[in-house]
Amino acid sequence: MTSLVENNAIAPNEPTPKGSKPRRSGSSYPFWFFLIPGIIFAVLFFAPTFASFYFSLTRWTLFTTTFIGFDNFALFFREPNLFQGLINTGIYATVTSGLKVVLGMGLAVLLTSQIVARGWLRSVVFFPVLVSTIGVGITFSVLMHPIDGLINQTLAFFGIQGPFWLTDPAWALLSVALVDVWKGVGLATVIYIAGIASIPQDYFEAARVDGAGPWSVFRSIIVPLARPATVTVIILSLIGGLRSFDLIWSMTRGGPGFVSDVIASVIYKQYQAGFYGLSTAGNVILFLLVTAIILPLSWFLNRKVAD
Amino acid sequence: MHARKTRRALIAGGAFAATIALALAGCTPAAPSGPVEISWLVISNDNEVGTSQALADAFTAANPDITINIETRPAGGDGDNIIKTRLATGEMTDVFTYNSGSLFQALAPEKNLVPLTEAETGNVVETFLPGVSVGDTVYGVPMGTAMGGGVLYNIPIYEELGLSVPKTWDDFISNSEAIKAAGKTAIIQTYKDTWTSQLFVLGDFANVLASEPSWADKYTANEVKYATDDAARAGFEHLQEAFDKGLLNADFGSATLDDGLRMVATGEGAQYPMLTFAIGNIAGTYPDNVNDVGFFALPGESAGENPLTTWLSDGVYIAATTEGAKLEAAKKFLAYIASVESCEVQTSASVATGPYFVKGCTLPDDVPQGVKDLLPYFATATSAYPALEFLSPIKGPALEQITVAVGSGITSAADGAAQYDVDVEKQAQQLGLPGW
Repeated sequence: MTSLVENNAIAPNEPTPKGSKPRRSGSSYPFWFFLIPGIIFAVLFFAPTFASFYFSLTRWTLFTTTFIGFDNFALFFREPNLFQGLINTGIYATVTSGLKVVLGMGLAVLLTSQIVARGWLRSVVFFPVLVSTIGVGITFSVLMHPIDGLINQTLAFFGIQGPFWLTDPAWALLSVALVDVWKGVGLATVIYIAGIASIPQDYFEAARVDGAGPWSVFRSIIVPLARPATVTVIILSLIGGLRSFDLIWSMTRGGPGFVSDVIASVIYKQYQAGFYGLSTAGNVILFLLVTAIILPLSWFLNRKVAD
Repeated sequence: MHARKTRRALIAGGAFAATIALALAGCTPAAPSGPVEISWLVISNDNEVGTSQALADAFTAANPDITINIETRPAGGDGDNIIKTRLATGEMTDVFTYNSGSLFQALAPEKNLVPLTEAETGNVVETFLPGVSVGDTVYGVPMGTAMGGGVLYNIPIYEELGLSVPKTWDDFISNSEAIKAAGKTAIIQTYKDTWTSQLFVLGDFANVLASEPSWADKYTANEVKYATDDAARAGFEHLQEAFDKGLLNADFGSATLDDGLRMVATGEGAQYPMLTFAIGNIAGTYPDNVNDVGFFALPGESAGENPLTTWLSDGVYIAATTEGAKLEAAKKFLAYIASVESCEVQTSASVATGPYFVKGCTLPDDVPQGVKDLLPYFATATSAYPALEFLSPIKGPALEQITVAVGSGITSAADGAAQYDVDVEKQAQQLGLPGW
């Protein structure tokens, strides 16, 4: 699921090289050629989307619907346990996205420099991206067990009492976010490697001639010229963070209590409980939230690139 | 014109054929012709699957032309989800096992289930029927035994410390503090399986009813609330008190039901609030320790009757999508489940953990100690009360998260009770109850 959507999302964010503007006039394909995918898109995407707008305004038992206006939305913002999910989603998306940018760029700089076993290290960094999210979640919930888990046992060996990663209310959301970063940083790194590799070598040579140290090279060449990569990483990881579900569900199920609930797990629980209308309202809120954050952000970041 | 005439002829022909078919069906005996396969959805728990398979095998042995294929589903919220979705999409198995009481009511039984007659339910004990009925129509037969919701305790620890079974909440706390002072885990909680956190609240309901017999009706009518009723809020307060006094096992947040049962069976912990069906799991996993585990009702504020909160067993239902020969076979199977022979098969496949809801069924003398402690509560009318979910259709789905939050010290008892009232309001509105 995640990777499919992300792959689709990459395309529009990649900067189009100047001069290669697609030709609008005189398309070589006939009208009906576009009609069929258009119909499939409308049936599979538009119809359910608009149906969900309607159902979000109802009390829906799957068997009957009652129109109740905006009550579901009011409930979502009134009930602390539901609203908590919205706030946590923001925290989770920001933390994972920020860490992926910082760590991804750091790793990419390291992995584009002349180091031993570079190819192997690149594979190692990318490997977690390929593993099933649920598998990662289950593995880490075993590793993060407060007493028998490998992490706290290792810390105990050095005389440190590790936190109760997944059951301490102060740590639960952060622990899941850290695992998300571990799993997702490989993708960010690969994007950054591509971004750094596409910087012309002339800049580095010129900087070296001028006597620039590694830090100046990083600050004045890599960071500004890898900006398209940064845009892609931020947008991808923000979208991923906002709609994150599988990792949280497999590690904490939103618990203990409601402290690590994000909007997607709240929606799922309302659906489980049989509150289909309320659950659909949550989906509409998620849709609007993602659109409201990503659209202007994408516009803003890409405009800077074009300048 | 011509086309219409043809169609009319077709309809007439069809009606004639249907009449013949009906007449024929009336003549032939009800026995389904040829082999029939029916599917049965059960909870994926070793004990449950084993017992279900034993019942299916015994039934097929007596009815060689009917085969029963068992499918499994997860327990808890995920299972509810599967049941509701499959019913709504018309893809339910022919027969399925599911909770009785409020969870059953949420399935819209009138639309989704096949009503049963005296032929299937004749042997069922009357006290079970309200849990699987809408109005006067019965939809299910009982599978398994009655349960009590109270405290499983480790008898060797109680003997070692010279403790006696507590009759009041204060006794329970002083016992627990004595156990803690002896360096042992006093109260076991297992919040990784969130549903297990509800026992302090749900199991306290007999004490609520003992103080106010019409509490459940008032609750359904939106006249009493957990947050504002002292007796009802006590369950949440007990949960908070157990946490505040440090009586819980250190890993309460990450322990599972299986961990909890291991602890109480082997003496790693002393007291575990739980439903008595778990005695069957202990008998299966720790057969050497099963008689080290005793049982008592959750004590209330005053000694008095010290009543037990009881749960009806699960029901077995037929989905409305089941038709024809499969429906006949399914009804025959349900009649078999509600028979004395079925009780005997169930008892030998696992362990009887309480009285059956089928007339004429008896328990063997060698039941585990916990079950021996349980049975006396059922002997008199004032010592056992049904849990709230069997007296009211309302049960808030977020209770298990709220009780985890209260039991982990995240939320106060008062806030937790208030949150649960809001949760319940959604459920009542969803069910379309008057007064909400």
